[in-house]
Amino acid sequence: MEKSLTRYIWNHTRRQQIYILIVVLVSMIPYFMSFDLPKRIVNGPIQGDGFGEPGARQIFGAISLPIPGFGSVPIFGGLELTRMEMLYALSMVFLGLVVVNGLFKLYINTYKGRLGERLLRRIRYQLIDRILRFPPAQFKRMKGSEVSSMVKDEVEPLGGFTGDAFVQPVLLGGQALTALTFILLQNVWLGAIAAFMVGIQAVIIPRMRRRLLVLGRERQITARELAGRVGEIVDGIGTIHAYDTSNYERADIAHRLGRIFKIRYDLYQWKFMVKFINNFLAQLTPFLFYCIGGYLALKGSLDIGQLVAVISAYKDLPGPLKELIDWDQTRQDVQVKFVQVVEQFEAENMIDPALQALPAPVAAAGMAAAGIAAAGATAGLAKPPPAAMHKEASPEEEAEAMRESAGPLAAVNLTLSDDSGARLAERVSVEIQPGETVAIIGAAASGGDAVAEAFARLIWPESGRITLGGKDILELPESVVGRRITYAASDCFFFYGSLRDNLLYGLKHAPLAEAHYEGSLLAHRKWEINEARLAGNPHHDINSDWIDYSAAGATHADDLFASILTVLDAVQLSKDILDLALRTTIDPQSRPELAERIVEMRSALTGELEEAGLSGLVVPFEPGAYNPEATVGENLLFGTAIGPRMMPQALAKNTYFRQVIDQSGLDRILFDMGYQIAENAVELFADLPPDHPFFQQLTFMSADDIPLYQGLLQKLRGANGFERASETERGQMIRLSFQYIEPRHRFGLLTRELMDKIIAVRQTFHENMPEDMREEIERYDPERYLASATLMDNVLFGRISNKHADGQKRIRAIVSSLLNTMGLLEQVLDIGMDFNVGAGGKRLTIVQRQKLNLARAMIRRSDFYIFNRPLPGLDNRLQDEILRDVMKLVRGSGEHQAIIWVLSNLASASLFERVLVFDRGLLVEDGHHAELGRKNGVFKQLVAS
Amino acid sequence: MLLKDEVQMLRRVPLFSGVEPGKLKLLAFTSDRVSYSVGETLFHQGDIGDAAYVVLDGKADILVESSTGPIKVAEVERNSIVGEIAILCDVSRTATVTATTGVEALRIRKDHFLKLLTDFPEITIQIMRVLADRLSHTTSELTEARSRVRQLE
Repeated sequence: MEKSLTRYIWNHTRRQQIYILIVVLVSMIPYFMSFDLPKRIVNGPIQGDGFGEPGARQIFGAISLPIPGFGSVPIFGGLELTRMEMLYALSMVFLGLVVVNGLFKLYINTYKGRLGERLLRRIRYQLIDRILRFPPAQFKRMKGSEVSSMVKDEVEPLGGFTGDAFVQPVLLGGQALTALTFILLQNVWLGAIAAFMVGIQAVIIPRMRRRLLVLGRERQITARELAGRVGEIVDGIGTIHAYDTSNYERADIAHRLGRIFKIRYDLYQWKFMVKFINNFLAQLTPFLFYCIGGYLALKGSLDIGQLVAVISAYKDLPGPLKELIDWDQTRQDVQVKFVQVVEQFEAENMIDPALQALPAPVAAAGMAAAGIAAAGATAGLAKPPPAAMHKEASPEEEAEAMRESAGPLAAVNLTLSDDSGARLAERVSVEIQPGETVAIIGAAASGGDAVAEAFARLIWPESGRITLGGKDILELPESVVGRRITYAASDCFFFYGSLRDNLLYGLKHAPLAEAHYEGSLLAHRKWEINEARLAGNPHHDINSDWIDYSAAGATHADDLFASILTVLDAVQLSKDILDLALRTTIDPQSRPELAERIVEMRSALTGELEEAGLSGLVVPFEPGAYNPEATVGENLLFGTAIGPRMMPQALAKNTYFRQVIDQSGLDRILFDMGYQIAENAVELFADLPPDHPFFQQLTFMSADDIPLYQGLLQKLRGANGFERASETERGQMIRLSFQYIEPRHRFGLLTRELMDKIIAVRQTFHENMPEDMREEIERYDPERYLASATLMDNVLFGRISNKHADGQKRIRAIVSSLLNTMGLLEQVLDIGMDFNVGAGGKRLTIVQRQKLNLARAMIRRSDFYIFNRPLPGLDNRLQDEILRDVMKLVRGSGEHQAIIWVLSNLASASLFERVLVFDRGLLVEDGHHAELGRKNGVFKQLVAS
Repeated sequence: MLLKDEVQMLRRVPLFSGVEPGKLKLLAFTSDRVSYSVGETLFHQGDIGDAAYVVLDGKADILVESSTGPIKVAEVERNSIVGEIAILCDVSRTATVTATTGVEALRIRKDHFLKLLTDFPEITIQIMRVLADRLSHTTSELTEARSRVRQLE
């Protein structure tokens, strides 16, 4: 990128700048005409110049073309108008000029604004493009939030400046020069004084502003660092809490803010000081005119008329001059910002853009047929090498051939070192043929993992190289390397979005099927393409289908699921996703068929449970029966609250609900019940300290409530406690009974009659409910899907019995197998795939993330799978199971696919055909597992230890 | 079965006979009431011990895996506690317990059980007694077995 902003703007907007300058100059004509007009209106029709006698007429609007040396040639003779008509005509012209001037202004401003916005878009795009082409080592020194603050905030003022970059100085300079010339014409000496003062301003003010620029740069850097620190605090919040360093962070932030304040305040003070001096200098000139000019006039050596003319001409000078100086200030300011940002985006060994370009024949169809392996692993950002590529054959053709078949992957005399220069691996030479299975083993940091990272282009070789089919992978297009080689390690990154998007991320290399647009959408798309071109952005459509189905072993979106499921099963993630799905609430309107099948599933589940002899495991909700496993409140309400008035906290104050309860006499019964519950709870828990773990078991009360209820019990003891209780106290007691579940709490408070009574009250409650409240509750109906409940609750449509140990676990297993037999598993998993994984995938557990990371790699077909200890979060048994399944899956596809696995569990090495043993950065042994076992080498030692 | 009945039954468990009824009620309340039908297992040998069980009703076999298949080493009857060793010693389950009739039990979670021991020393002493009793029982069985082996030699 250019080092100078002015040059950058000129290079990218030259034509537009000249065009707008011309427009501005043209707009000056009506502008100056409108200055002259008022005088003509006042002098002519109003004051009656030339309209001496009544009925006098004047010519209006005569146009003639002056031709030098020939006189003027009349083009239009004009109209003869009376005084009144002249007034109207001239006023109309004035109005017309006002409109024309306004329109010019509107057009110019819009044009300049658009110019600026396009340039801003271009700069931002170029900066991000550079990030995508940085060599991997660059990212070790960058803070994400600093970079994003640069791209987002620091370049923002550049856009605003663009429109004024050339127009403003020309225009203002012209105005200032005109005014100055005019003064000089009136009186050379006074003109010289004015010119001298302007000269002083032009020299002193920019000098004083240099300090402003220094301060501005500091302000920019400190603000950027602040952004970086804020980002660090967010990312490291776990560490901060763990070590109780929040106050250290506070101190650091306060210190930084203090510094920023100081810089900004300095800037502020200095700015106004400069302003003061500037104004002073501007006012000094008229002082000199009055003082010296007046003296000369009194002495008689200067004509008073001239002096007045000079003074009145002078008033047009400071305005443009001040604006010009301001413009210069902005220019320097944005120039500094620009340089500051561009410097940060300079890196050595940037990846050649040609290596990342979409391959030419990507044009959809060809791709699927060739079965191009897809790529884009976790190494999305890291890419090929320095510029200069030496190629004999046409690189296009070569790349095309590579896409068909890759050939062996080899490290040739490879030496790797870390940032500090320490050797990670030395002179490693190894060749891996397509179809081989290779285990890399060795103690931690013995070089094997570094070699795996180098295969994935995460570390670039210090010397030696890595070749694919004989070509250096850093010189091959990413469309080849990134798809032939798949890499997964333990440090996985996920993008904010659904689980599905993240799983299929590695398939999105190119827009394969263009999105289809119609009508206004088509027009918008065309506009998008056009604008992208004008701002130098690419116009790949994000709405196209980017998923390379053939790379996932599918033909189109419909049969992709089979591939997904195989992979999810292999990494043992499908159960997690099913659980996620079962905990989701879905809108039955958007999936009516699924909702219907889920309702059908309820009876199937009952049958299944009966068959397994577990019919008591789930107690279903039945409209005419009391569900003993649900709370009294749930039985009474018999539905899920949707609106605020039905929520448990608000229910006690709900007048209609209270009315139904009171009329049925249930209030007294529930009050007595609550009283007994309170009695039991106080008896059981009164002696325990509030933080005692037993309180977890007390679901209807917290430890803090105990003293309150102790008081209530004492007060309301004895007969007619209900009558003596206040409204709130009754509520407090009744609230307890709402939470009561007989089989769980076992206080023996629920009699047959009470249950019947509750059912009766439930019926009345629902039957007489006012219309507007009906929408706030979703009544339990065995034949309908409950929109407000989770999928699992909808399947169960009841409560899991407290009597069965492991009830939850068992029911889950039964439901999942039932979903499978009913053919619903796919749809339900699909819902689970919608789960948003959160920022960086943080809503998933570490184990789930590592499994998903492996699944994301597995789903794309490629020639070399490199797994660098991908599952450290799992125990050895699970790791081994998944490893076997993954190997089976890769081998089972029948193609020549190689696996290179850096093992953490040495016992698994026997599953591989070939074992590479690393020790202190050197490849020490290479051979078949059994063969190495017989030798008395490092391998044997490792296995033995 | 209600809390107060459970308390009555807990009082008949030797381990808890010395504990005052109020505490027993608390114990019962904070435990889960679980039931098993014939053939169901309360826990498997090798599992991580997360709870102890007080059998309120029914019978269960204590089985230990051996090379020749499971061997029944003892029987749990009503009013006895089972599974407390895995909790006390933080080891995995040393045996499998399978219900031979319908079993009603109280499942006392590990942290609750340990809390109970620290809060109520009388229970701890009772546990010690029961364990010591079992130890002396095992020792005498071992002696007997050894002398039998010697006789056979």
